[in-house]
Amino acid sequence: MSIWKTEEHTRPWKGGYYPYDLVKELFIAVGVIGLLAVLLTIAFSSPDDKSSTIAQWSHELPANFATAASKELAQTSPIAEYGPPYNHSSGSVQHFLLLHPQRWLGVSHPINTADDYVVKPLETVPNDPALQSALAEYKAAPEKQKKEWSEAYLKPLEEYETAVEEKKTPPSTVTVDSNTGTVTVQAKGAGPVPVMMSSLLSLAKSGGLEGGLVTSSQFFQTDYTKPLLFMADGGLLAERAEANHLLGKQWGLMNETGSYPGQPWLWLYAFWYQVEPMKSSPNADIQVLLIMGVLSLAFICIPFLPVINKLPRWIPLYKLIWKEHYRAQQTS
Amino acid sequence: MNVLAAAVFNLNHPAHTVDWEFIHLSVANVVVIVLMLIVFFLAILLPFPGAARRRGGVS
Amino acid sequence: MSTTAPPPAPSTPGARAPSKSWTVKVREAGVDALPPEKLLPDGQPTYVASWIYVFGVASIASLIVIIGSGSILTLKGPAWWHYTGVGHFFNSIHLWSVELFFFVMVVHLWGKYWMAAWRGGRGRVWVTGAITFLVAVPAALTGYVSQQNFDAQWISTQAKDALNSVGVGAFFNVTNFGQMYSYHVLILPIAVVALVGAHVLLVRRNGVVPPFELEKRLPAAKPTGASAAGQGDGSAPSSTGGQA
Repeated sequence: MSIWKTEEHTRPWKGGYYPYDLVKELFIAVGVIGLLAVLLTIAFSSPDDKSSTIAQWSHELPANFATAASKELAQTSPIAEYGPPYNHSSGSVQHFLLLHPQRWLGVSHPINTADDYVVKPLETVPNDPALQSALAEYKAAPEKQKKEWSEAYLKPLEEYETAVEEKKTPPSTVTVDSNTGTVTVQAKGAGPVPVMMSSLLSLAKSGGLEGGLVTSSQFFQTDYTKPLLFMADGGLLAERAEANHLLGKQWGLMNETGSYPGQPWLWLYAFWYQVEPMKSSPNADIQVLLIMGVLSLAFICIPFLPVINKLPRWIPLYKLIWKEHYRAQQTS
Repeated sequence: MNVLAAAVFNLNHPAHTVDWEFIHLSVANVVVIVLMLIVFFLAILLPFPGAARRRGGVS
Repeated sequence: MSTTAPPPAPSTPGARAPSKSWTVKVREAGVDALPPEKLLPDGQPTYVASWIYVFGVASIASLIVIIGSGSILTLKGPAWWHYTGVGHFFNSIHLWSVELFFFVMVVHLWGKYWMAAWRGGRGRVWVTGAITFLVAVPAALTGYVSQQNFDAQWISTQAKDALNSVGVGAFFNVTNFGQMYSYHVLILPIAVVALVGAHVLLVRRNGVVPPFELEKRLPAAKPTGASAAGQGDGSAPSSTGGQA
């Protein structure tokens, strides 16, 4: 029996036919849909919220920028600790039972956050002897020393960010000058790191860091992975997203910026993230995708699924669809 | 931005949401989903033109 | 005046002299599967009498408007729509035609489900349609991450986690604009069009599914000759009288 034969047997139609112009129907359909699209365009246009930039981030949230950049240097940021495809850490590596596809597919887009986000961009800054001396001191130090310096600088910044988040009085070890936008961190044992981070903030505010992160390997660039992941490690994108109802807990993956309709067809995918155990699981993504994979396969195989393929017969909406046919059968 | 980009109704403001228990949907998405249901039921209920031609159909 | 008689039965393949030519083989297979009157019939069975039937062609029409407006956008490059009114206009048409596409395609899918349109050997029609929907979803995703605005920044940095979790992120990088734009403008539209093409050709080959029979189970019918089956729907005669 052919795998394509389904359970329902249907007799070939031996009844009447009537003239039906398929080509004209297509032209009419294109005209109607085209007109609808134009009317919706005239009525509502489309959203185009401008991109955030690293320069904006460093101007609007300088302490948040300094904290994120310091975490990249200390290699304790979400991306630094992510795992494949960016590095060999394990902070965001997901699995399901014996399935570890994230690990199996390996590191295909290597990112060393300390080098890529701090050291290499700073190396492009000319005519700054203090910075060049600090960089030389940093690069010559052993790994353990680098880690101690960067963590010493990061600690007061993390305390500052936590206090701001919890709306408490921030510690005095970090001061943000609202006029100049500079961030001063009092940190003992931070070595050359304060000079490096202060230069990085200036570079970011000048707009030089966007280019520095994109054009790192060749002149022409189309890959924005590095600057995007850096920004995602900070707070600016998430702040804008929350205001636009785009966060996961807001069913954001169905939504568009502003009040536009988004992707209502993703409703079932968004649903699974809101229910346990996926809601609080560190492996939520692979769990939800596996569920959706099984359901998608079931969707494709509906003709072959018992009960599901009988529902249309048991719940007779078809009597409405073919009412004229059944009426004609009754009268003939 | 010239007149071609302007819209009669400006939707560039934060969305209102429909909230129920753990469900949070934007009003625009709810409108689309409700419209789909309405259109589906209208499609299967409303008579389709050409009934006279079909009654005279050739076998 | 119109011909509304069902299309003629295909000539039996064995009647032609066998040819070694690949061209002849492909042509004859095509014509056998879909003779012109079946490929483009000028009549439909009388049970095709509901507005629900227009949602298939509406889906195709939406796809045509999507590709048309998308083509205008590719003519001027991906940054154009951000800084000209005309560009923004065509971007809006592209976005709304995508919303219309999913709208009418899902209504079409609901209709086909409640008709159990896979009956009578039409399983492949359902399968190709379902896969089309599933391929349209990443086609839309690659578009959203190619917008080069805040929405694209957010969607790409979020979607990467889901894709990375299943290993797909290793070779499908949503933060790589060049790759995503290529998928969106070429690879995925070709896939969607190919699937829609296969879907429509299968519908033409098998015909629109007949209604459920209302009367109770009919007595088993004796197998009939193949030629009587070519009554406009092209499906092979069922060898039993079993009813839906």
